[in-house]
Amino acid sequence: MKISYRWLTEWVKTDLSAEQAAERFTLAGLEVDDLASVAPPLDGVVVGEIIAVEAHPDADRLRVCRVSGDSEERTIVCGAPNARIGLKAPLATLGTTLPGGLKIKPAKLRGVRSEGMLCSEPELGLGEDAAGLMELPEDAPTGKPLAAFLGLDDHVLEIDLTPNRADCLSVRGLARELAALTRGSLSVPDMPEVEALIDDHLDIELLSPEDCPRYIGRIIRDVDVHAETPLWMVEALRRSGIRSLGPIVDVTNYVLLELGQPMHAFDLARINDGIRVRRPEQGERMTLLDGREVELDEDMVLIADHQGPLALGGIMGGEGSAVGDSTRDILLESAWFNPASIIGRSRRLGLATESAHRFERGVDPQLQRLAAERATALIIEIAGGKPGPLLEANDEEFLPVNPEVQLRVDRLNRVLGADLDSETVHDILERLDMRVEADGSGVFRVIAPSARHDIEIEEDLIEEVARVYGYDRLPSRRPGGGLSIRIPGEGELPETALRHQLCARGFQEIMTWSFVSEQDLARLDLLEGAQPLANPLSRDLAILRTSLLPGLLQTAGANLRRQHDSFRLFELGECFSQGESGLVETSRLGLLMTGAIRAEHFSGKPRPVDFFDLKGEIEHLISLNQVPGEVRFEPVSMPWLHPGQAAELMMGESSIGWLGQLHPALVADLDWPQSAFVAEINTLSIRRKRLPEFSPLWRFPAVRRDLSLLVEETIPAASLVEEIRDLGGEALKNCIIFDQYQGPGVEKGFRSLSIGLIIREVSRTLRDQEVEALTAKVVEGLEKRFNAKLRG
Amino acid sequence: MSSPTPEGLLDEALRRVGQAPNARALDEVRVRYLGKKGSLTGLLKQLGSLPPEQRREAGQAVNRCKQSLEQAIAEREGVLERAALEARLEDERIDVTLPGRMHQPGGPHPVSRALERILAIFNQLGFAVATGPEVEDDYHNFGALNFPEHHPARAMHDTFYLPNGDLLRTHTSPVQIRVMKERPPPVRIVAPGRVFRSDSDQTHTPQFHQVEGLLVDRDVTFADLKGLLADFVNAFFEDDLEMRLRPSYFPFTEPSAEVDVRWRDPDGTPGHWLEVLGCGMVHPNVLVNCGIDPQEYTGYAFGLGVERFAMLRYKVNDLRLFFENDLNFLRQFR
Repeated sequence: MKISYRWLTEWVKTDLSAEQAAERFTLAGLEVDDLASVAPPLDGVVVGEIIAVEAHPDADRLRVCRVSGDSEERTIVCGAPNARIGLKAPLATLGTTLPGGLKIKPAKLRGVRSEGMLCSEPELGLGEDAAGLMELPEDAPTGKPLAAFLGLDDHVLEIDLTPNRADCLSVRGLARELAALTRGSLSVPDMPEVEALIDDHLDIELLSPEDCPRYIGRIIRDVDVHAETPLWMVEALRRSGIRSLGPIVDVTNYVLLELGQPMHAFDLARINDGIRVRRPEQGERMTLLDGREVELDEDMVLIADHQGPLALGGIMGGEGSAVGDSTRDILLESAWFNPASIIGRSRRLGLATESAHRFERGVDPQLQRLAAERATALIIEIAGGKPGPLLEANDEEFLPVNPEVQLRVDRLNRVLGADLDSETVHDILERLDMRVEADGSGVFRVIAPSARHDIEIEEDLIEEVARVYGYDRLPSRRPGGGLSIRIPGEGELPETALRHQLCARGFQEIMTWSFVSEQDLARLDLLEGAQPLANPLSRDLAILRTSLLPGLLQTAGANLRRQHDSFRLFELGECFSQGESGLVETSRLGLLMTGAIRAEHFSGKPRPVDFFDLKGEIEHLISLNQVPGEVRFEPVSMPWLHPGQAAELMMGESSIGWLGQLHPALVADLDWPQSAFVAEINTLSIRRKRLPEFSPLWRFPAVRRDLSLLVEETIPAASLVEEIRDLGGEALKNCIIFDQYQGPGVEKGFRSLSIGLIIREVSRTLRDQEVEALTAKVVEGLEKRFNAKLRG
Repeated sequence: MSSPTPEGLLDEALRRVGQAPNARALDEVRVRYLGKKGSLTGLLKQLGSLPPEQRREAGQAVNRCKQSLEQAIAEREGVLERAALEARLEDERIDVTLPGRMHQPGGPHPVSRALERILAIFNQLGFAVATGPEVEDDYHNFGALNFPEHHPARAMHDTFYLPNGDLLRTHTSPVQIRVMKERPPPVRIVAPGRVFRSDSDQTHTPQFHQVEGLLVDRDVTFADLKGLLADFVNAFFEDDLEMRLRPSYFPFTEPSAEVDVRWRDPDGTPGHWLEVLGCGMVHPNVLVNCGIDPQEYTGYAFGLGVERFAMLRYKVNDLRLFFENDLNFLRQFR
């Protein structure tokens, strides 16, 4: 909310500057976002009066004016079309520097000497109307400094109010707050009841009292809708960011800002018979003030007459019933709407009005009468007219009443860790206009003023006291005591360990969007189980990712285009897919490698990365959790992977991830200059960690036997190794595949695998014959199971 | 023609040893004088032809010369070996100023980097890490946290919904609820994670990261909260910054506060206030929702945006850079 500080100080006596007041507000929880002067400095600019106008002898478009100002009359050459005798306009005297930087000096314009300058709005930084001189009211005192005349030595406070402080959405509320904070005294302008001059009535029916339990109307006849709104009011509205739109609307807006009561004025001639406050019927439509025709929902509140809708209650007036150029008689509305009946409705219609903003947060339910009187008085003062009596419809049952709340001083001190005494607490509560009953033992019974809706429990009062006392004055205690040991168990590899392992292996961490487009997933055939958002920001970010792959590809593609040709990426993040029992969220690790195995070097061109580089990185990661051999790699087919270079990671019977080369067709589709190797793994599967357990050291030398085996090429190496480990038993320490050969000497469809067996015994040196026996057992077993032949 | 004397042969041999340029030449000298058919060996063979009274003396003379020669050859061998080694090493000389064979180093994302630092600090202060799902229900994200059904505070969280009414969590505060429902006080946790708001402009991204902290125990006070946050902020920024708490509003805390830090101007003097955290005492309704008696226990909670801390710490001037994943950007935060 934007408000003039000068206006505020008319309501509360204070010595604080605007800056100081802003600081106090901010530190009391009413955050001042911005504090701006209402106008640039205008020293030297005064109210000027044109007392004579002559044509310029040598220029058709210039005129020579005689202008009186702060001292003697002077001649000013002026090109503005509205320069005329009697006009009062801002006069920049000699020596003045205008906001744009222009310095006013004596000048000769086509031979005529000019001693000063008459100014337009933009030249003074006061507006946008550049069509001519800024016109000041006829009664503006000639010679008076313009800033003083317009009250421009003022600041606008822009306050960002939290939703619980609806009571401060007005000058009255802010003034009360400032008075409470500074012990200043309030000086509320006199707002007497207006005496009725006519006796016109109108029926008001509250057909939905839970939505609107109070509706006050007043008929005013013979108003002049063409009357001019006084400058002080126009300025006050302008400083709150509201344009002047004619006297009636200006007054309702002024009262909205001053008291916090949203009001509305109807053209009485457009109202048929009486007012009915009701819920819309199904399919009922109306045209709003902004010209849009909308279909009304059944949970909205309608101000209607006996024929149809007049206004959308608490949100916006209707076009048909609005005050217009031909209006003579009006009905003024001052009502209270239940926040629950307003909230969300204007958002649904794409409207953000001052009225809805206030009713959603809660208007003071005791304010309507005062506001009606205030608005009536201002309308009559400005636009004339004959007021009727206040027309009231109330349903007290549905009007909120603030509860009595107990505050215990010892509880307050226990929560705050402070030592405030009862007097201090009592004083603060009273400054806040609370009704306080003390029992003398440090317990208060408190009722908040009707403008406050946020005081319901003891903690609310504790906050009020703390806030006014000052958070900065409350004590602070360094952490300590109550410590207990919090260290994650060793059964889980911390995510940071995975991250740092990958970083050390040359992988760069990325963070991509959790949302992807349908196209991203469709291209990869990953749409199955994808969960769309109900209200996405855009089509590109419409579906929760089912995999980290789209983000990896998008990032890799963008960086290839940025001329990076070798890099390794990883991301740790959540993926989502619909399962049989609802949406499943899994933590995944995505990996991507592309380009050369290492940085370019003078000694030779590094080779490109391949499948086994990425697989090796994954094996490194798995080795961190001390569970070697638990993860198997099995050939697999995935739409986005090269059919011959794709593996699934299996743990027991479940798949925990995959890796492989991107399918060449996909690489072509992505328009990349090179391929990449990608993987995705369920993070939790590889974060399970086994506690290390000592096993005896082998102090005796190990023996190595190398075998070259001829096997059918379709037999996976892993199957051979698994069989060898089974056959070798305890004594087989390790088994290494150190060569693979196909070519001359090996029949087509076969391959030769060279395997080293490392054999050892813990407690003694092996005898030769034991080694030979074990080797023979392995060879025999492999021959039986896989038809493997020992090569020559 | 008289036969050569051993001394004469030795002189001659020593001269040849001294001139031998390499191991092969040296070996030739050895063979020539000491080999089976060598000339010194020959003298020994001739001893038998000498009169017995001369044999002994002559034999000793020949053996002395043999020993001298063997020693000289061994020495010469050593010299030649050292020379050969030096020559080889000279051949192997490289330009050590040429670049090494390097891998492109990797690194953590700057948000991870800041997050790890934040968590390390709270771990030291005895807070355990707790996590929760990113897709939440209305109850955990709003209801249990004391957001009334229709309340402007909900509208302030621009929420992404799923068609079934579930939502992407708008803060990590739901973890509070899950933890408090799971175990009785004392509770002392930090909950890091990704959160979502349907908002996208220069200063907002639809996803970002938060750390939520929660401490519930007997006699936890606002004063403890102030002290904790001051220590945390100064530890994170390695500085002694002025801090202030401003009253604010969150449905799940009461009293609530926003925390500002007095940032330093480039010359090191205190400059403007920057908002870095939200916090407050856990609202009694939240405790009750989790089955905790608010008269017996009190607690505080705080929440911070990790991107904000990363921006301040590493002087990043545009939030959106974090999710563009430009390697030129990411590699600045190794």
